[in-house]
Amino acid sequence: MTDPFLLEIKDLHATVEGKEILRGVSLQVRTGEVHAVMGPNGSGKSTLAQVLAGHPAYKVTGGSVRYDGKDLLELEPEARAREGMFLAFQYPVAIRGITNSYFLRSAVNAIRKHKGEPELDPLDFLQVLEDKLKAIGWDDSFMNRAVNEGFSGGEKKRNEILQLAVLEPRLAILDETDSGLDIDALKTVAQAVNMLRSPLRSFVVVTHYQRLLNYIVPDYVHVLAEGRIVKSGGKELALTLEEKGYDWVKPEGAAVS
Amino acid sequence: MTAHFVGQYEAFAGNGAAGAPPWVRELRARGIARFTEVGFPSTRSEQWRFTNVQPIAEIAFQRQMVRWETGPTPTGATVLPLSQALQRQPDLVRAHIGRYALLEENPFTALATAFLADGAVVHVRAGAVVEEPIHLTCRIPPGTARPMAHPRLLIVVERGAQVKVVEAYEAAPAGLSLTNAVTEVVLEDGAQLELCREQREGERSYHIATTQSHQGRDSRLVFTTVALGGALVRHDINAVLDGTGAYLILNGLSVLRGHQHVDHHTTIVHAKPHGESHEYFNGVFDGESRGVFNGRIIVRPGAQRTDSKQTNNNLLLSDVARADSQPQLEIYADDVKCTHGSTVGPLDETALFYLKSRGIGAMEARGLLTYGFGADILDRVAIPGARARLDRQIRHRLGVPDVETSAA
Repeated sequence: MTDPFLLEIKDLHATVEGKEILRGVSLQVRTGEVHAVMGPNGSGKSTLAQVLAGHPAYKVTGGSVRYDGKDLLELEPEARAREGMFLAFQYPVAIRGITNSYFLRSAVNAIRKHKGEPELDPLDFLQVLEDKLKAIGWDDSFMNRAVNEGFSGGEKKRNEILQLAVLEPRLAILDETDSGLDIDALKTVAQAVNMLRSPLRSFVVVTHYQRLLNYIVPDYVHVLAEGRIVKSGGKELALTLEEKGYDWVKPEGAAVS
Repeated sequence: MTAHFVGQYEAFAGNGAAGAPPWVRELRARGIARFTEVGFPSTRSEQWRFTNVQPIAEIAFQRQMVRWETGPTPTGATVLPLSQALQRQPDLVRAHIGRYALLEENPFTALATAFLADGAVVHVRAGAVVEEPIHLTCRIPPGTARPMAHPRLLIVVERGAQVKVVEAYEAAPAGLSLTNAVTEVVLEDGAQLELCREQREGERSYHIATTQSHQGRDSRLVFTTVALGGALVRHDINAVLDGTGAYLILNGLSVLRGHQHVDHHTTIVHAKPHGESHEYFNGVFDGESRGVFNGRIIVRPGAQRTDSKQTNNNLLLSDVARADSQPQLEIYADDVKCTHGSTVGPLDETALFYLKSRGIGAMEARGLLTYGFGADILDRVAIPGARARLDRQIRHRLGVPDVETSAA
């Protein structure tokens, strides 16, 4: 029997440094759907993203997460990635001394090995990379620089999306990919994401602002407040929020959808 | 403690050293006199606080000539053994040797000068642009028990000339040995030198070295030193920017394990205005190894518009490895920009998570981050052969396979 959902989060509780941040999150994502998770600062949006990717600083204290029929919380971060999960970091990490292309090839090969496919040599990989870059309309100007080292904010975010394109995940979580981007950079990134949308790929787009959702139009919008999803709806919910602000959806007494 | 070494000197001075010109013999005599006066430094001395050289003092080392291996000499440069240079370029040698690395500064320089005989002289004439790098490998030949070598290197790059030099130090992998090396580097106005020093002696080798550079106006020196071998390594690097607009890049990388100990003492002196220096030292310490970095920057009165930056990052791969980092800024001019920063710690957990979140396994992620720490320095080596060779050695040491180098 297969699960109807690619990702099914049930009553998820998580703490960081002993403080409870997620207080019963439930969310279901089918293959091919794009879900936006919105919420004010401190609502737990980024924590949710990090917990799904397996960040060691976050401790799950209750609830369950099933991904592709597996208990996600049992898997190491690298195993989650090999099973097709991808997190675009809000703050991508700089890694000195390692070129972007080597980093990406290592990641691609780790995933290929897991699938029982032969590893790509540098030349084969270069071909794959060129195809991906062409597909999203970008050049290879930062492939031979150290990973995120000295990158501008926009370059870092673009680099995350490039990794998404190359690693071809089944579930991509974008953690505030719009933060720190000017409108042109935002459009560039959103266009690339839209080209990567597919009936076989799901997205969870975490954002504070509705602005991003003008460009990446979601199927569903959820509002997170104080560690719970307090409202869910279609894409028009984002517009209502933009108009009325987050005060409109106070968690007190709100039905958890 | 010094008696054995003085005895070695007397045997040397009374025997094989007689052929040298009087000024060399006099220089040696001053060297041994100074060494006899001060002896081996103790850890009570501030400069030697973290590095105990008493084991060296207690070993009956035997003076030994090294073998210099040089590749073909590229057009535009001369490379001669010191003995030949003393005959063919006596004025050049006399004008420079012992002028920069002062006996009074360091007891080991005094000792090395007492035994001055064994060396190489690189000379590049004004305006010459030497394309191919000059390779010098200094090797202690097998045969003697407890060999002690005092290799001396003099590099003189005249006005406007450009050259690349690799100096490598090798010793038998197993035996007890002492290398006490002194390199003096002179860059005249507008000269450019890229110098790469590779030290990969055996596990029981003691390696003491001084690299002393003196730069003229608008000259440019890029010096990278990589320490991989040795039981104990102490390297003093003293760079004097003695001309307006002089430019220095000083890079260092140590990759140690076991009980190895490395101590880098660097002093950069900005003596004239508009000088620029960038210093990047990285250390990777595994096992019970220990690293010491002391980075002194002196901006002399009048050296206005000096721009000096120092960075020292130390990666500890085990709970018992240790690194000490001490910056020392002494600024006597008011219009200068000097910054320094240092880190000591284990691999960054956030960076590890980032790599794992892309599917890279924990072991490989650790290897990649560690290698990156070294590659960060190697990427600054612009001598292609040296860059690739060091890359292979660092990978081998860290057990990181198949890392392609970044675009050359």
